[in-house]
Amino acid sequence: MIIGNPIVEVAYLVAAVCFILSLMWMSHPSTSRRGVMAGELGMLLAIVGTLLLKEVVDYPLIAAALLLGAAIGAPLAYLMPMTAIPQRTAISHALGALAVGLIGVVEMIKLAGHGEGFSFESAALAFEMTLGFLTCTASVLAFAKLQELVTTRPMVFKGQQFVNLAVFVATIGCAVALALNPQSGALLIAFVALAALFGVMLVAPIGGADMPTVIALLNAYAGLAASAMGFALGNKLLIITGALDGASGFILAVIMCKAMNRSFANVMFGGFGQVIEGAAAGEAKPVRSASQEDAALMLENATSVVIVPGYGMAVAQAQHKVAELYQSLTSRGVDVRFAIHPVAGRMPGHMNVLLAEANIPYEKLIEMDEINGDLPTTDVALIIGANDVVNPAARDDPKSAIAGMPIIEADKARTVMVIKRSMNAGFAGIENELYHLDKTHMLFGDAKSFVGGVVKALSGGSGLH
Amino acid sequence: MHTGFDPDLVAVFILAAFLGFQLIKRVSTLLHSPLMSLTNAIAAVAVVGAIIILGEEPSTPLTKILGFIAVTAATVNLVSGFLITDRMLKMFKKGGSK
Repeated sequence: MIIGNPIVEVAYLVAAVCFILSLMWMSHPSTSRRGVMAGELGMLLAIVGTLLLKEVVDYPLIAAALLLGAAIGAPLAYLMPMTAIPQRTAISHALGALAVGLIGVVEMIKLAGHGEGFSFESAALAFEMTLGFLTCTASVLAFAKLQELVTTRPMVFKGQQFVNLAVFVATIGCAVALALNPQSGALLIAFVALAALFGVMLVAPIGGADMPTVIALLNAYAGLAASAMGFALGNKLLIITGALDGASGFILAVIMCKAMNRSFANVMFGGFGQVIEGAAAGEAKPVRSASQEDAALMLENATSVVIVPGYGMAVAQAQHKVAELYQSLTSRGVDVRFAIHPVAGRMPGHMNVLLAEANIPYEKLIEMDEINGDLPTTDVALIIGANDVVNPAARDDPKSAIAGMPIIEADKARTVMVIKRSMNAGFAGIENELYHLDKTHMLFGDAKSFVGGVVKALSGGSGLH
Repeated sequence: MHTGFDPDLVAVFILAAFLGFQLIKRVSTLLHSPLMSLTNAIAAVAVVGAIIILGEEPSTPLTKILGFIAVTAATVNLVSGFLITDRMLKMFKKGGSK
């Protein structure tokens, strides 16, 4: 379809190179902003090149759509709070997949207009639309879950897997039928509806704690859809970009699965995080609680502190207070570092972004594997809004629901402090032995106000010495 | 109009996927959130397909409407994607630079 206009060909080729460089420069914070610039340049080249194509004639309408998109996109980028990054990512997957899906519909209508029967193009378009529309609705539901417009618990019902399988088979059946017979408008509508329905069914049984994997997987689907479109249109730029995006999504999804010691299948169909009836409500084991002043005293007298943040820190918007605590302790000569579990939060890298926003230097944000060796010699492990990622049952109890999941070994630190609202079980509904250890102090309260109180106690206390 | 099946395109896809795996593996875990918003923005290059649909003649009202929505949606993604990626990356600072 892209007929040999050499200028356009070169523009597309350079754009592809820019995108590759962009990802290459993302490898490290010191070069990453250059990566964004390379990406922007690539995009500019791709768009300008396309506008030069001789079949593109309706400039006013294109300009209007581009301006409208920019007018919506720019405020979205600047006004979005960093705690809402997972939601924004879900919405952008939905929009991207919608665009890809709609392009597929129009191309299919065009094929039908030419009176075509089955062709390679119609097959590629059917594949593209399947991924596009299911990713679109799946992302919308993921957004609703992340924004807590709907319950973050898995939505499950009896026979769900059969219903899902039926919808899946029907969607694929429709896709095949449509590829064989692009003329049928009714088939096209039914197919789009089924693919959209399947997207909803796919995400419905997935709980909030599995969102990092799902978001990464939807990223991969969106990329594959773009690649499929490239095949249908004979456009190498789209194929390359889609493959890069798809690879990125799959790698992130695999990292997330490994960090939970679970398989793709288990995440997608496991219904993890259901409320287990009757469980965890059993006998109340004793815990030791401590006040803000106690916590301040212990932190002040420590040489080394490791802070383990979790989704609870994001929910309480506590990252800025945590940064104050970091400053206060660092200025007293305490070595403070952060231990980041890969699945802490609601998307890959969520905690890093929040802490970076609060001005924590990035070299203090340490990966799980790297920091675990240091924990036995750490004076205080301070856990803020994390639960399952520090649960020693994952390591010690082979019967636990999270058995085998790699954890941050906070229980090995000399003293453990846990900021938590109450003794309710965590997302996975699993009892956490860590809270009942002799060396553990429970700090009950809202993460933001509790950390604020500790900071105050630290600055007030220093005058007395 | 007909592109048909082109084995070259499969080769391009396979090579790009391999390259993608190699590149993404080297991305620091620190930057996984901005990486995702960057790949998102880059994937919005689908806008070129949408521009062609919206800009070409002859057309029908339906293809114009769908094309318009597609261009707008993809543009929202690419503009907000690049801007928010940069906004995130700006926050990652080294200890000494503050």
